[in-house]
Amino acid sequence: MTVLEVVIRTVAVLAAFLVLPLLVGQTEHKVMAHMQGRLGPMYAGGFHGWAQLVADGVKFVQKEDLVPTAADRTVFKLAPGVALLPYLVAMLVIPVGPGLVGEDLDVGIFFVLAVMGVGVIGTLMGGWSSANKFSLLGGIRVAAQLLAYELPFVLAAASVAMAAGTLSLTGIVAAWSPWWLLWQGIALGVFFVAGLAELQRPPFDMPVADAEIVFGPYTEYGGLRFALFILAEYAGIVVLSALTTVLFLGGWHGPFSDTIGFLWTLVKTFAVAFVVIWVRVAYPRMREDQLQRLAWQGLVPLALLQLAITAVGVVVTA
Amino acid sequence: MKVPGSGLAKGLAVTFWQMTQRSVTAHYPDAMPELPPRSRGVIALIEENCTSCMLCARECPSWCIYIDSHKDVVPATTEGGKDKTRNVLDRFAIDFSICMYCSICIEVCPFDALHWSPEFEYSELDIRDLTHEKDRLREWMWTVPAPAALDEHAEPAKEIGTAQKAADRAAARPDGPQP
Repeated sequence: MTVLEVVIRTVAVLAAFLVLPLLVGQTEHKVMAHMQGRLGPMYAGGFHGWAQLVADGVKFVQKEDLVPTAADRTVFKLAPGVALLPYLVAMLVIPVGPGLVGEDLDVGIFFVLAVMGVGVIGTLMGGWSSANKFSLLGGIRVAAQLLAYELPFVLAAASVAMAAGTLSLTGIVAAWSPWWLLWQGIALGVFFVAGLAELQRPPFDMPVADAEIVFGPYTEYGGLRFALFILAEYAGIVVLSALTTVLFLGGWHGPFSDTIGFLWTLVKTFAVAFVVIWVRVAYPRMREDQLQRLAWQGLVPLALLQLAITAVGVVVTA
Repeated sequence: MKVPGSGLAKGLAVTFWQMTQRSVTAHYPDAMPELPPRSRGVIALIEENCTSCMLCARECPSWCIYIDSHKDVVPATTEGGKDKTRNVLDRFAIDFSICMYCSICIEVCPFDALHWSPEFEYSELDIRDLTHEKDRLREWMWTVPAPAALDEHAEPAKEIGTAQKAADRAAARPDGPQP
């Protein structure tokens, strides 16, 4: 790989990282509004408020950079970056088309899962360093949620890796065939639900539960740092959707996949992102104990069952 | 038997169905709202009807009506007759920053000098500009809608009967206007 190629790939990933979360955010604005019988943003940018998030960004940049007196300043300032960067790194290794990938790692799936866990640390850091009881409560909830859902998340991903016989994301897509939708169906469900919980998206947004602990770990944040946390949430949606697409929905497989394969990946990713938004509108927030019960009594046994099914399948077909 | 998860599916179905429907949002600044008749937007004044009797100002619960008047002497028209006086309205103002739109002044006015207009776009940057003087209140009168039509078999209004009788009497006189 020449230097030029590295630069081009990095810039392309960076561009995707800056554009796709905004697209998802705007889709969320509009889809959520229409699902609730509203219109959503209509003025910013002229046509149906397409520039609403740009306007929001400009507003956030103008705001004062505040750090609470009692806060742990360094950790407080570092937290949004820690929350956001892992998703950028994760995007680097997710393949969009055959060969269309920032860096094709042999242990891609392992790398992505490890890096996504780091993202949650950022939120935890914010919760701890804010010197605010609501932030701390939110941070502890984040930690509890991470512990509970990381396990089924990884087990579900492991099932696919087992089925494909490789840890490379490109390899998994190459090994994929449509009947996996059935064979790996349980893993798909577990992975998606656990991923939602890890992103703290509704109905798993107990850590930020604005009705009871203000805004959880983000309570003391404002301006650009707050915007970075929000951007991290949307980047997380993009990464989760892309990962679900690549692992379970066959990535670029589809009609004319050798010419417009990358389009298939994008379409599937956005379909999954739509479901993420849809689920947010449809369901109320889960209580903390319900959350834990779903993880330990629902998702973990299901993921183990899926592992067993996959193991049997691999042995039988091998 | 209830299928497990059917509630979850129903939640998704309801939200998706709602997304396919037209939203109910009113496009207010782009399209004017359809207000019900007798909306309480702003109070209009027919200055000619006002006798400065002060009933409205006294009944107003929030004391937002200001009236100044003086008496004019009308000289007697006949020899040795008595001079008459009449009230002249100098100032009539309603402070809409205090008004609570209770409609008591309009109910209480014996001469139908006050009316509701449905106009509502009179916000100001300075709160003092919300005090509308009588010329501005008179201008609102042009926006007052005609009274609602009577029910089909309702009695005609008393004023119409009186006017009809007067017209009949005038027509009966030999030198009166011919119908």
